[in-house]
Amino acid sequence: MSAHADTHAHDDDHGHHHKETFVTKYIFSQDHKMIAKQYLITGTIMGVIGVLMSMMMRMQIAWPEEPNVLFEALLGKWAPDGVMDADIYLALVTIHGTIMVFFVLTAGLSGTFSNLLIPLQIGARDMASGFLNMVSYWLFFLSSVIMVISLFVEAGPAAAGWTIYPPLSALPLAQGGSGMGMTLWLVSMAIFIASSLLGSLNYIVTVINLRTKGMSMTRLPLTIWTFFITAVIGVISFPVLLSAALLLIMDRSFGTSFFLSDIFIQGEVLHYQGGSPVLFEHLFWFLGHPEVYIVILPAMGLVSEILASNSRKPIFGYRAMIASILAIAFLSTIVWGHHMFISGMNPFLGSVFTFTTLLIAIPSAVKAFNWITTLWKGNLQMNPAMLFSIGFVSTFITGGLTGIILGDSALDINVHDTYFVVAHFHLVMGISALYGMFAGIYHWYPRMFGRMLNKNLGYIHFWVTAVCAYGVFFPMHFIGMAGLPRRYYTNSNFPLFDDLANVNVIITIFALIGGVVQIIYLYNFFSSIFYGKKSVQNPWKSTTLEWTAPVEHMHGNWPGEIPHVYRWPYDYSKPGHDSDFVPQNIPLKDGEEELQH
Amino acid sequence: MTALLTIIVLVFILVATWQMVKIFDLAQAKNESATPGVATDKDNSVNGYLMMGFLAFIYVITIVSFVKWGDLPLMSNSASEHGPTIDSLMVITMIVIFVVQTITQFLLHYFAYKYKGEKGKKALFFADNNKLEAIWTIIPVIVLAGLIIYGLNTWINIMGVDESDDPLIVELYAQQFNWKARYGGADNTLGKANVRLIDIDRANILGLDEADPNAQDDIITTELHLPVGRPVLFKMRSQDVLHSAYMPHFRAQMNCVPGMITQFGFTPTVTTVEMRETAQMQEKVTRINKIRVEKSKKLLAKNEEALERYEFDYLLLCNKICGKSHYNMQMKIVVETQEEYDAWIAEQKEFKNSLVN
Repeated sequence: MSAHADTHAHDDDHGHHHKETFVTKYIFSQDHKMIAKQYLITGTIMGVIGVLMSMMMRMQIAWPEEPNVLFEALLGKWAPDGVMDADIYLALVTIHGTIMVFFVLTAGLSGTFSNLLIPLQIGARDMASGFLNMVSYWLFFLSSVIMVISLFVEAGPAAAGWTIYPPLSALPLAQGGSGMGMTLWLVSMAIFIASSLLGSLNYIVTVINLRTKGMSMTRLPLTIWTFFITAVIGVISFPVLLSAALLLIMDRSFGTSFFLSDIFIQGEVLHYQGGSPVLFEHLFWFLGHPEVYIVILPAMGLVSEILASNSRKPIFGYRAMIASILAIAFLSTIVWGHHMFISGMNPFLGSVFTFTTLLIAIPSAVKAFNWITTLWKGNLQMNPAMLFSIGFVSTFITGGLTGIILGDSALDINVHDTYFVVAHFHLVMGISALYGMFAGIYHWYPRMFGRMLNKNLGYIHFWVTAVCAYGVFFPMHFIGMAGLPRRYYTNSNFPLFDDLANVNVIITIFALIGGVVQIIYLYNFFSSIFYGKKSVQNPWKSTTLEWTAPVEHMHGNWPGEIPHVYRWPYDYSKPGHDSDFVPQNIPLKDGEEELQH
Repeated sequence: MTALLTIIVLVFILVATWQMVKIFDLAQAKNESATPGVATDKDNSVNGYLMMGFLAFIYVITIVSFVKWGDLPLMSNSASEHGPTIDSLMVITMIVIFVVQTITQFLLHYFAYKYKGEKGKKALFFADNNKLEAIWTIIPVIVLAGLIIYGLNTWINIMGVDESDDPLIVELYAQQFNWKARYGGADNTLGKANVRLIDIDRANILGLDEADPNAQDDIITTELHLPVGRPVLFKMRSQDVLHSAYMPHFRAQMNCVPGMITQFGFTPTVTTVEMRETAQMQEKVTRINKIRVEKSKKLLAKNEEALERYEFDYLLLCNKICGKSHYNMQMKIVVETQEEYDAWIAEQKEFKNSLVN
């Protein structure tokens, strides 16, 4: 009784409406699957830039005095004789952060998988608005181009940190990068936010309206739940960053004083009066904190799905998982102040934010335990996607736990803005989200390209990356606890930290290996598009609807009728069935109970 | 050069792996009956073992980190009255984290090894268990409640400033890229100031109100001296961009924000001299000097100047990105006895006498 029994019954005319040209198929495509691939490839290119930057930073930190041929080649005038300039170091810090957080882990991750999976997993022909979807991608592309162009302006790219706190970001007098570089950064981000909002609204509308018959909210795969809630958080918080960016543009270009007051710089008093940089911090982090959940929630969704499928077991505690997604989403909007404990904000507010922040540990703990229990007594299929998912749970726990230290205002005093923070957020949202993204790519690659990735390359990719990720970020906690501030171009002016130099060398070596090994992945990814082994329709034997669609992409996703849904998405190894998975479109047998979890 | 060599070596390793995978693929191609690209029982087994290996790796890197770098002078050698309360909260939190980390990583990787897939085996259909979920909701709630209460108590004690202690009032003034300290003088009261009043020609570099009687005896210095045992209340100001006054040894940090005055108070308890004499610090300084001697040898070989011998001093560091020379924005802090402090402050010029007419 397959879903396709009826597909040949009548000739579906979907897909024959449009005469497709190269331009409408590959460039200005309105098909969600093509847009997903566009997001992924753009995100990959940005990711390569971001990772290269981090490798240069690591080399600078480990060998600060030494000329470096790579610097000379890649940084040009910013590295005279191969010695990196201090300004460009801060620019690397800034652009690396911006690119990785927004362009790779927001657009590249959420954009790719929301677009690919929402219509396919809820049983829809496409997104609610294919046109808006196309516009959303092209705005993202435009913002990427502007961000890359900003790297080449005369006075240097934005260099005030990805948080672009004014006055540093507002005053070209304070820093070369705060001139044209910052203007382009702000323009790029404004366009990015527009893109993200169009995407999010589309996802929300699609999930609410276009679910196929039988696909109730409690039969949605967890991936869809996380994409849906992520989009909601995005719609709530991104406009606040947009307003902050607009006000900052006003301060910079039109002489207003929203964020600036009483400034004396380079021998002159500026006219600004009455504004407050702390206001900017509030506005920034009102997005900035939810942003890390915008990054991590989709990864959680992908991982939940992959863990269940590869364990051949239902995800443990489906409803608790949904509840914890909702709890995390709600809490994420009221914890932003934990980035500001020592900003000069009233200490009482600090207490409130400590309280709400530590509460987030509860739904996070529930999720982690549920994932671990999902593995228990499973029949684990160790595909590369599964390895990355297990790796995700591991780094999410390691990184998440140190959040208990940073979220505690009293402890934050001493580790705020040290390498401890860098280690924490890279593990919990950087590496974890990246693992989620890799897991998703390995798992849904056959769905995207109709071919399989080479699994042996996948294994090497995972194991080397996993060792390097811990090798980089685990020791980093310790140099942070020893008091080493982040964003220092070199530590050689502080003999106090001389004994940490060797740790930095170790970290850098792991970082270089970890960075270079991504070439294996890139090779695997791009060569498999053309030369990968042909995929079967449902290679992982999963239950969700996307695997009932034909391997060859077509407009409208399914020939004939859209499959109906009769059960939840996690009927793996259900007693009473011969097969160890029962797809969602298979009707219940006589007397079979649909478990209400 | 080292970096380039490293990269070249890495690329070679990469190429080698590549070739090996190709051989591996070819060898496997013959007996692969399953769907291409999907894990076989052998893959499950190999990766299952590797998971256990990885668990060992996590434990090893944890132990090595603690043994090699766990001697954290900034966690156990605080020099302020509230320092030990932060440190003990830190230690308790670390123990909680350590226990949870060790157990959960074990379960995760052990399950990945233990339940590795085999053809024909069927997994347990286990979708829900309210009791279990209640347990792992309630336990974190209890633990976190404890940490929250403890943490908030500590925080409120630190941030609450008790003016009745008659704290020494010191202004920390930040600018790109250095620090100044301003003392209230005999009346321990800071004169009014605003950056609009800065007059470089008259050497009024901090913008003090020359008409304010409280400002006349203010003292501006480039080193921060503090008498041991007396509460200090810092008033932070910045003239240009955000800075952060980070005094790690005192477990103290507060941002300096243009347009507003922020504050942070603590009581130093260990003088610089006493700190230098602690065994832990001496060991650290010896270690650092050994490293510096090695480095100096290399520098001398290149006809460059050797590094100076390091001697411990408390430091005030800038810890908020503030521009090009952010990495070198520091001020020495000297904690000394009341007498030494009095002698030092008496040598400094009062504001009214420092002006150029």
